[in-house]
Amino acid sequence: MQGSTLVITLLALATLAYYAGRSRAFAVAQGKLRNLHSLPIYYGLYTAIWCAAPGLLIAAVWLMLEPTLITKMVLGGLPDNIRQLDKSRLTLVLNDIRNLVHGHAPSADADPALLKAAEHYKSLTATSHAILTIVVLSIAAALGWLALTRIKPHQRARNTVETLLVAFLKICSSIAIVTTIGIVLSVLFESIRFFEAVPVTDFLFGLKWSPQTAIRADQVGSSGAFGMVPVMAGTLLITFIAMLVAVPVGLLSAIYLSEYASPKFRAAAKPLLEILAGVPTVVYGFFAALTVAPFIRDAGQALGLDVASESALAAGLVMGIMIIPFVSSLSDDVINAVPQAMRDGAYALGATQSETIRKVIFPSALPGIIAGVLLAVSRAIGETMIVVMAAGLAANLTANPLEAVTTVTVQIVTLLTGDQEFDSPKTLAAFALGLVLFIITLILNVIALHVVRKYREQYE
Amino acid sequence: MNNTNSSSIAGNAPGKPPRSRTIERVRSGLKKRHQAERRFRLYGRVAIWLGLAFLALLFVSIVAKGYTAFEQTYIRLEIDFSADNLGLGIQRDRAALSRADYGGLVKASLRSLFPEVTSRRDKRALYALVSPGADFILRNQVLEEPNLIGITKSLWLPANDDVDMFIKGHTERTSEDSGRLKAIQHRWIDRLIAEGRIEKRFNSTFFTAGDSRDPELAGIRGAAVGSFYTLLVTVALSFPIGVAAAVYLEEFAPRNRLTDLIEVNINNLAAVPSIVFGLLGLAVFLNFFGLPRSAPLVGGLVLSLMTLPTIIIAGRAALTSVPPSIREAALGLGASRVQTVLYHVLPLAMPGMLTGTILGMARALGETAPLLMIGMVAFIVDVPSGIFDPSTVLPVQIYLWADSPERGFVEKTSAAIMVLLLFLIAMNSLAVFLRKRFERRW
Repeated sequence: MQGSTLVITLLALATLAYYAGRSRAFAVAQGKLRNLHSLPIYYGLYTAIWCAAPGLLIAAVWLMLEPTLITKMVLGGLPDNIRQLDKSRLTLVLNDIRNLVHGHAPSADADPALLKAAEHYKSLTATSHAILTIVVLSIAAALGWLALTRIKPHQRARNTVETLLVAFLKICSSIAIVTTIGIVLSVLFESIRFFEAVPVTDFLFGLKWSPQTAIRADQVGSSGAFGMVPVMAGTLLITFIAMLVAVPVGLLSAIYLSEYASPKFRAAAKPLLEILAGVPTVVYGFFAALTVAPFIRDAGQALGLDVASESALAAGLVMGIMIIPFVSSLSDDVINAVPQAMRDGAYALGATQSETIRKVIFPSALPGIIAGVLLAVSRAIGETMIVVMAAGLAANLTANPLEAVTTVTVQIVTLLTGDQEFDSPKTLAAFALGLVLFIITLILNVIALHVVRKYREQYE
Repeated sequence: MNNTNSSSIAGNAPGKPPRSRTIERVRSGLKKRHQAERRFRLYGRVAIWLGLAFLALLFVSIVAKGYTAFEQTYIRLEIDFSADNLGLGIQRDRAALSRADYGGLVKASLRSLFPEVTSRRDKRALYALVSPGADFILRNQVLEEPNLIGITKSLWLPANDDVDMFIKGHTERTSEDSGRLKAIQHRWIDRLIAEGRIEKRFNSTFFTAGDSRDPELAGIRGAAVGSFYTLLVTVALSFPIGVAAAVYLEEFAPRNRLTDLIEVNINNLAAVPSIVFGLLGLAVFLNFFGLPRSAPLVGGLVLSLMTLPTIIIAGRAALTSVPPSIREAALGLGASRVQTVLYHVLPLAMPGMLTGTILGMARALGETAPLLMIGMVAFIVDVPSGIFDPSTVLPVQIYLWADSPERGFVEKTSAAIMVLLLFLIAMNSLAVFLRKRFERRW
């Protein structure tokens, strides 16, 4: 990779600049450090930053834009009959060219036009890299030299370096905002394109979900149905089952651990329960699909019930198990935050321990517990692997937990993995579902975090 | 009616002290209340044991399904490496050797063991006892030592998946030909066992091979290396950025709207479903920037965005736990704020930050959903050799195997899960160790 050699050269140059700057500082101070404003290392760092930072920035921008520009130029050089292909075909041709360039495809039996294009691509890349190397290294050398010659005893090198460092820290911390914006934009743009093909009202309120659009226009079922109600209903059904497992078990175990258990038992049981939260979801998915679902099906058959092999019950149960530690540790925090004085007051009035918990601690911890449950619900709605492996694929509008239902995340995964059609409503629908998922979890999170914060302030 | 009656009694007997009445009422209810207390306590205990039972069930079911995968059934065959059998001419260079007919060797050997098998159908059934991968094993052996040619050697070759499953007792013997193995194949297997030609040995293929369509040839090495590269990218990006962000927010940020916005965003991102990060990766890294599909580079980018909030939150907690006196002392001695943080606060907060990072990495290691979105679900046989090579990761490999119809993949999946859990346990223990070792009470 030529980019990495360039970066390494640049860093080596910067190291050189660091030592040059440091010794230059010693030199201008005439051996007396008290003549300097800052410690010599700051002069070294100052030179090194001037040497490396602009070059790295240029290289980053260049390498980011390079593929797009080169692709455009290669496309311009293609014969007319290829250039007039429609967009999706053109993408395939481009992929072929890229495979030729990277040597993934055998070049012997390729189209000569494509081979030529691949050669063109290669030579353009080589030129671009050569120019980049020259530009970056000369800029680095020039700026490094400039910084070196400008070192003076009274220069405030430390302040400059520190300001730059804090600016870097600030940029790093704003990546969170950039990520959020990135998420919103990436799902929003594709969703808007989806809503151009399928009206928003059809999507939100449609009762039928069958995203199988035909590849050719004359195929049967060429118009897929994109009504998300059954998908959403399935998600809510599985989430409800999961909560039915997780909330009682999680809450009661949190109460027991924080109010009744001996310190020894607590020290042993709490980490053990938290292992459940550390198990990867794909493991739960496997457990649900191969252990729990067959068990439920057999049990149902023994009782004379007709249970689907991918029943909502199996997925929901296992998801509930996964969420137990989540509910329990959140409730544990909240219960521990209730002031001891309230307990003592209740005991002084003659209440038993369970009465204290049910009538004093639980009501005062309720807002926090509800917030924790909301976070757990958002977690359950967004959980993917368990439902991908254990829930069904076909949308089914039912409230019967023994039938197979599908969820939002399952649909996103099935629409975006496997054979994709470029830009069809089918693939774009996944982004629309992603948008819905993001909005729902965002609302739940915002409410929950708000409640938690308010609650915390109340007892602080 | 009752009410008026009792009040009239109270009115008629004013000399009766009301206090004893209260205590009586308390006493009469006490038994019930204590019962309720015991019941409530029992509920709590049941809830905890239920949780622990689920945990035990999970582990037991996976170990019970998977422990057999660490063994593999092998069949001992006398392989006659004659040039005739190999279909070799005079040329003995590498190209000619790698083109030679190694499948023929296995077939010839099987035919000589069972000379009575003559019909075409039976022969095919006979050949199916040995794994199709045996050809490659023989080829590699010959390529390694070409002077094997002309020699007859006794070799242990992997049995086919169906034979393996039968020997391990996962499939039943059927009288008709309805099962995976035919009745005649069962008879051959019995004969091979009687001759001591079938043996279960440690399955080293599982740890050295990449993925395969044949369970007996599939291994986790490719996925493990892919996971390693992905985590490498993740830690290289998320640790420095996470630490920098935590330091800024905790030590330098003024309390203004921008800081509030950043904080709200970080808390929200920590709770955004992981699959949404996958959508981001697909739309931004693959479609917009044109980075290679299925590459650990993109996987690492997505996972580092996902783990950043965790690391930032842990980093901030570690920084707040450093007492202000440290900062005041450094500032008092004339250090600048940056110097105070870099030389005094950060080193003290580092163990906490490392613990948070390791826990974040453990979560990233187990993450599957976002990687499905960026194409890391492809069937990839080769072990990746860099962050740009197409690869898969352990959890995705588990997902792929769990979806495979072959019976042999069930135990492989469970075994891969065991390996994954082992890594996770190691990482978590390291985090706990770090916390215990470097935790300071100020």
